[in-house]
Amino acid sequence: MQHKSKMAGADGDDSLYPIAVLIDELRNEDVQLRLNSIKKLSTIALALGVERTRTELLPFLTDTIYDEDEVLLALAEQLGNFTMLVGGPEYVHCLLPPLESLATVEETVVRDKAVESLRKISQEHSPVDLEVHFEPLVKRLASGDWFTSRTSACGLFSVCYPRVSSTVKAEIRQHFRTLCSDDTPMVRRAAASKLGEFAKVLELDYVKSDIISLFTALASDEQDSVRLLAVEACVSIATLLPQEDLETLVMPTLRQAAEDKSWRVRYMVADKFSELQKAVGPEITKNDLVPAFQNLLKDCEAEVRAAAANKVKEFCENLPEDSRETIIMTHILPCVKELVSDTNQHVKSALASVIMGLSTILGKDNTVEHLLPLFLAQLKDECPEVRLNIISNLDCVNEVIGIRQLSQSLLPAIVELAEDAKWRVRLAIIEYMPLLAGQLGVEFFDEKLNTLCMAWLIDHVYAIREAATCNLMKLVEKFGAEWAQNTIVPKVLGMANDPNYLHRMTTLFCINALSEVCGQDITTKQMLPVVLKMSNDQVANVRFNVAKSLQKIGPVLDSNALQTEVKPVLEKLDTDTDMDVKYFAQEAISGKYTTLSIFFLYEVASLGPLHLVILIHFSP
Amino acid sequence: PPILSRLNPSRWSCGPPAAEGNVQDEESDTRKINNSFLRDHNYATEADIISTVEFNPSGELLATGDKGGRVVVFQREQETKSEPQRRGEYNVYSTFQSHDPEFDYLKSLEIEEKINKIRWLPQQNAAYFLLSTNDKTVKLWKISERDRRPEGYNLKDEDGRIRDPSTITSLRVPVLQNTDLMVEATARRVFSNAHTYHINSISVNSDLQTYISTDDLRVNLWNLEITDQSFNIVDIKPCNMEDLTEVITAAEFHPQQCNTLAYSSSRGSVRLCDMRKQALCDTHCKFFEEPEDPSTRSFFSEIISSISDIKFSHSGRFLMTRDYLTVKVWDLNMETRPVQTYQVHDYLRGKLCSLYENDCIFDKFECVWNGSDSVIMTGSYNNFFRMFDRNTKKDVTLEASRENSKPRAILKPRKVCVGGKRRKDEVTVDSLDFSKKILHSAWHPQENIIAVAASNNLYIFQDKVT
Repeated sequence: MQHKSKMAGADGDDSLYPIAVLIDELRNEDVQLRLNSIKKLSTIALALGVERTRTELLPFLTDTIYDEDEVLLALAEQLGNFTMLVGGPEYVHCLLPPLESLATVEETVVRDKAVESLRKISQEHSPVDLEVHFEPLVKRLASGDWFTSRTSACGLFSVCYPRVSSTVKAEIRQHFRTLCSDDTPMVRRAAASKLGEFAKVLELDYVKSDIISLFTALASDEQDSVRLLAVEACVSIATLLPQEDLETLVMPTLRQAAEDKSWRVRYMVADKFSELQKAVGPEITKNDLVPAFQNLLKDCEAEVRAAAANKVKEFCENLPEDSRETIIMTHILPCVKELVSDTNQHVKSALASVIMGLSTILGKDNTVEHLLPLFLAQLKDECPEVRLNIISNLDCVNEVIGIRQLSQSLLPAIVELAEDAKWRVRLAIIEYMPLLAGQLGVEFFDEKLNTLCMAWLIDHVYAIREAATCNLMKLVEKFGAEWAQNTIVPKVLGMANDPNYLHRMTTLFCINALSEVCGQDITTKQMLPVVLKMSNDQVANVRFNVAKSLQKIGPVLDSNALQTEVKPVLEKLDTDTDMDVKYFAQEAISGKYTTLSIFFLYEVASLGPLHLVILIHFSP
Repeated sequence: PPILSRLNPSRWSCGPPAAEGNVQDEESDTRKINNSFLRDHNYATEADIISTVEFNPSGELLATGDKGGRVVVFQREQETKSEPQRRGEYNVYSTFQSHDPEFDYLKSLEIEEKINKIRWLPQQNAAYFLLSTNDKTVKLWKISERDRRPEGYNLKDEDGRIRDPSTITSLRVPVLQNTDLMVEATARRVFSNAHTYHINSISVNSDLQTYISTDDLRVNLWNLEITDQSFNIVDIKPCNMEDLTEVITAAEFHPQQCNTLAYSSSRGSVRLCDMRKQALCDTHCKFFEEPEDPSTRSFFSEIISSISDIKFSHSGRFLMTRDYLTVKVWDLNMETRPVQTYQVHDYLRGKLCSLYENDCIFDKFECVWNGSDSVIMTGSYNNFFRMFDRNTKKDVTLEASRENSKPRAILKPRKVCVGGKRRKDEVTVDSLDFSKKILHSAWHPQENIIAVAASNNLYIFQDKVT
């Protein structure tokens, strides 16, 4: 950035005009214009120079807190990068008043942004300025009348604490203590959420003396929303303390949280379980967290069970190696078995998304003996999401025992999903086909799944037909052109003679998708003749899709075929009686056609073929 | 019971017969408050009928909502040396259109703009916030003051004329100048599309982070900062609507326990839910219901037992319910029967048939506690309202009417005579005007000031100033 203070010119300086507009628009009635001006605040400040920015612009901005949130948000962000524009670190404290007033507005996003900017510029304060200017601001906010300012203060303690004298440090600790027992739950929540961060900058002795008592108090607050935030702080605090202190200082509170009356607090414990596990170390994990985790997996609230189920794999992975298998087999697996037949589908589906990961941890024999029955049970679950989650994670099992063990149950599960009445479920399973194909191998695929893939091409929902087309392309990428030529292409081309024009169009869509992966030879020799023949179709929709297909596969064809075969057909289509066919033929001939989206193509079978209803053209 | 004197008529929608009223009207004009919303003084339309009244937590502000979707906020006068008695008067502070009539095209239903409930949020900065709701949509409003305005442009003169760009030789930064006080109301959040049925209650949680909105069959939990998701925590809709036996009539959060909420039903029961136990509160943890007395059973029993309002006491120990004929106070620790039952207008028991015919039996009366939970107040017909002192067991009937209450005069207790000879000053049951009813009222959170809505009039009464 060019940094040259430019003061107002002497006589009608042209360059002033745009700046004058920007300044006036700072209070335009149109929010967009105000926002635009605020976003270019640095330009205004540059033009005004550092002196006027400090004495005129900033005082004006300090009082402009009546604006819309988006304007205030942009302002709060800009001010975080303003140090050079007010004259460098020496003057950075001039930015404090406007940010202070932004830190008291009621809109959380604005306040948070103001705090973020304050944290940023705190680093640019010299140690002296920090004590003279910044720290008093933190104190003002911390003892403000409104909770908005007190919540903002919570986020500022940790940035000034390491850089101030020990007397000021003592004051800061006192302020933080006060806010932890504030009357309003909002401030206590803010303090609880910053407790971990503040603990990190404190001397260890103070962590033990101050932070622990605050942590204990917040963790037994009457408000559920405060208690659950203490769980997060627990992770940071436990990381800071030496192992021998954890048992007496942290564990009583953590145990209490894991058995809290409120499911939201227990949910938080379940959600943070892996972090907690790492923070407290292997010994406590073995003695305390294992039973706690078992309880969470058996919790009476489904939300908690689902959160815990999500952590099963991570928890098991991070268990100390010497006793991992024993713990899983004797303590965790029995709970997991129960969850497989849980009454709540979210719990089952959370489990299904991680359960396969256990096989790598437990090894082949245990997987076959203990996990396989669970996988098979989940593959037969009544809820499609559970089945999908199992299928989408097959790769983990494949590495350990090979997929063949599963295939007996896998196939019926896939077939059932493939024919599910909900098209979104069908769509989801199609998306896993290429993955499955890779894992199962071409032989198995040809035998069992190929028929399904072809059946989707004539699904009555367009989204499924489209996904099926895309799926074919991905399969060819995996299995190669030769496989395509033998198994897929004949079937696709066969549909060109289908009495239903929608199926005939599917042939064209497939050709569009497949031509490139199949290569020039197959495209020219097998696909092109079919496309060309379809130019005589009686349905206009098919004919203009022929034009589009020809353009699409053009690059794959050799120039001879283009000249001798494609061009005459396009020219014929150009004289078509149908307007749309003509249009696409011309587009294809001129090659100008780049992007075109068809938003609505009404397919009402009983009414017969309908024409394109809305076309949206994007000029190249 | 406190004898209330009518200190300030605060008529903001009806004609000024009294001299004091005129003086006050002029004064509110000088306050430069936009009162273009104040209606034509000589007649009241349906839209002017007040549908809810609510003091803010400090009692400095009082909000009313009406059938026309408007919210009017009154501010209490500050005490001055010259006129100490004016402390207690409430003047218009801000008026705004909160809701507009809408049309649901998918269901071919009109959505009325009527404000069903207003709830204030505790003050968080210099501005005030309130939630207002109609049948379908809850809105969070911010009411703020502004007394400074930026002045000075670069491209135009003070009188607004555009300056020739070539004459601009220096840049001007606008300067803020003091101006007259302006009060602005802005909609900060709109919480919509979460209710299939009509919203009857909203209640802010003591965590000041969440609130509930309740319709006939469901209770939804919202975060005050998030408008695009809400959690359904109670759902009493049966799979088959023909199996429907009751609807939810009101719901409220406990004033201190963030996890406790109560909801009442049209069958006269109240359920208390503990949100800590489960994410869904379909199963209650306490069930308050009084067994029906078989001797008084009639065709109307079920209708008159429907609860029209519930309110936790400020202490959080008690719960008050209002049904058609009584107000009951329940101890949260005793589910089997109320600790107190007060008859509001028992003389109507014999007239239920005609009250059914004119639909009055479906009127939804609200009830309120005073600041110390020692007195409760609720409305009746003929613009009468009742107060019950829980300690002395005395009760009083008062009337909100322009004819019978002169400013700063002591309100005379009224009496309805039940059979026998009518004494002087008594009203017979047959002469009660059932079109005049006090459905909505509010009690100042600390002081003995009450606000009573009677049709399109708002009356503010205060305990006698000594």
